[in-house]
Amino acid sequence: MKKSPKKNSSPNTPISRRTFLKVFGAAGATACASSVHPAEAQNSAPKEELMTVLDISKCIGCGECVTACTESNAHKYPTVRKPIPKMFPPRVKVEDWSDKKDVDDRLTPYNWLFIQTAEVEHNGEAHEINIPRRCLHCTNPPCANLCPWGAARKEDTGVVRIHEDICLGGAKCRTVCPWHIPQRQSGAGLYLDLLPRFAGNGTMLKCDRCYDKIAQGEQPACITACPENVQRIGKRSEMIAYAKELAAATNGYIYGLEENGGTNTIYVSPVPFDKLNNAIDKGKGKPHLAPVENSMANEETLTSALIAAPIAGVAAGVLKVLSDARKEKNND
Amino acid sequence: MTNIIRRLWVPLMALMAITGMGQMPIFKRYYIADIPGLAWLGQPFTVHWVHYIGAAVLMFIIAWFVTLWVAKQPKLTTSGILRIILLALLVVTGYVRVMKNLPDVHFSPMITMLIDWSHLLFAMLLGIAAVWCVRTGRKAYIEE
Repeated sequence: MKKSPKKNSSPNTPISRRTFLKVFGAAGATACASSVHPAEAQNSAPKEELMTVLDISKCIGCGECVTACTESNAHKYPTVRKPIPKMFPPRVKVEDWSDKKDVDDRLTPYNWLFIQTAEVEHNGEAHEINIPRRCLHCTNPPCANLCPWGAARKEDTGVVRIHEDICLGGAKCRTVCPWHIPQRQSGAGLYLDLLPRFAGNGTMLKCDRCYDKIAQGEQPACITACPENVQRIGKRSEMIAYAKELAAATNGYIYGLEENGGTNTIYVSPVPFDKLNNAIDKGKGKPHLAPVENSMANEETLTSALIAAPIAGVAAGVLKVLSDARKEKNND
Repeated sequence: MTNIIRRLWVPLMALMAITGMGQMPIFKRYYIADIPGLAWLGQPFTVHWVHYIGAAVLMFIIAWFVTLWVAKQPKLTTSGILRIILLALLVVTGYVRVMKNLPDVHFSPMITMLIDWSHLLFAMLLGIAAVWCVRTGRKAYIEE
């Protein structure tokens, strides 16, 4: 597995202005050195990404996972500097959850996991289904791909993480996320040291699948705390096989395998997801369960154009050179 | 056709600069996307796609000019060499970022951040160099 230089950094240590400028200055030199290699090229024996499977027929909605998540990740929550700067222009609203840390019925900067309950009827049977909701950790995450600043990243473990020291809180990750999962806390993060009123608006936070625990070979807090063994984590290929077996054995349904081109979180349910989606509350901080097309599909297609374009340019240029040479010869 | 491509250069580079800046969510914030006809600048995926399409057209043009230059090898001006180097760095970092956006390809968090920042840095330096060349009359890439 490729090493991540920032993995063990203290999450609450703010990046200084000097460090920021030094890193920015080094950026060009590093790029020039062509030291960029795809993850797989850096390691001859890459490990598979990790995937979690949630058998939601087992979830009793006890909230142990929610409590464990909050306790385990409390040290990652932002320290808010008050008064929070008034934003310019006024249309940019401050989002402050620092006095509402106890809210646990939706995603917030201080609550990265919550449980949705759906009461549905399927095949003549009434079901009460509890669904732990958090970031799905997409295999090709638009939040990480469209973040212009490099704050949202995907790591080798399959964890999609927002680096709180770098994030400016523009919330583009939330806009492009098909489930709008990252949440913003204003008054914290790098923007306070740059242009606090005019650029940025805080820091974005979401489930990082306990990347620090995973780095130590441990399991995420929500998995170990669950008394019903709702979740299982393992290599992506093994977890896909497990989820399919589970779905086949229970006449169940799978969510996450195809959504947004594939995610590293899969839900297996005894009830179709369109029924669950109709039954759950949706809105801010409450993600849907509808089908999701691959957000990055157009980029994948356009990459072909970016490869073909210079080839076409050379071909056209050669034709032009030959044509000029022929004209010159005829004139002679 | 060479003249058409020359006339395309400045509008295309302007489009790339605008859509490049538009990768940061600033156009909606600062009401630019509220101007009729510019709403697309507030839509992250649209801005991203336009940046990709513009980059493809730019790569066609660059490859065209490089081929013509290789055929005749006219002498380049110093300011031309400077801008070509900056443009090459911009193109390289752009392609690396495009690679990163493919499924099953990702870089370490630090490299991802450095690529993003260096692409932005080279774009700014190229913009500064272009403005400086216009203001000092050093517009030509090739010595007459």
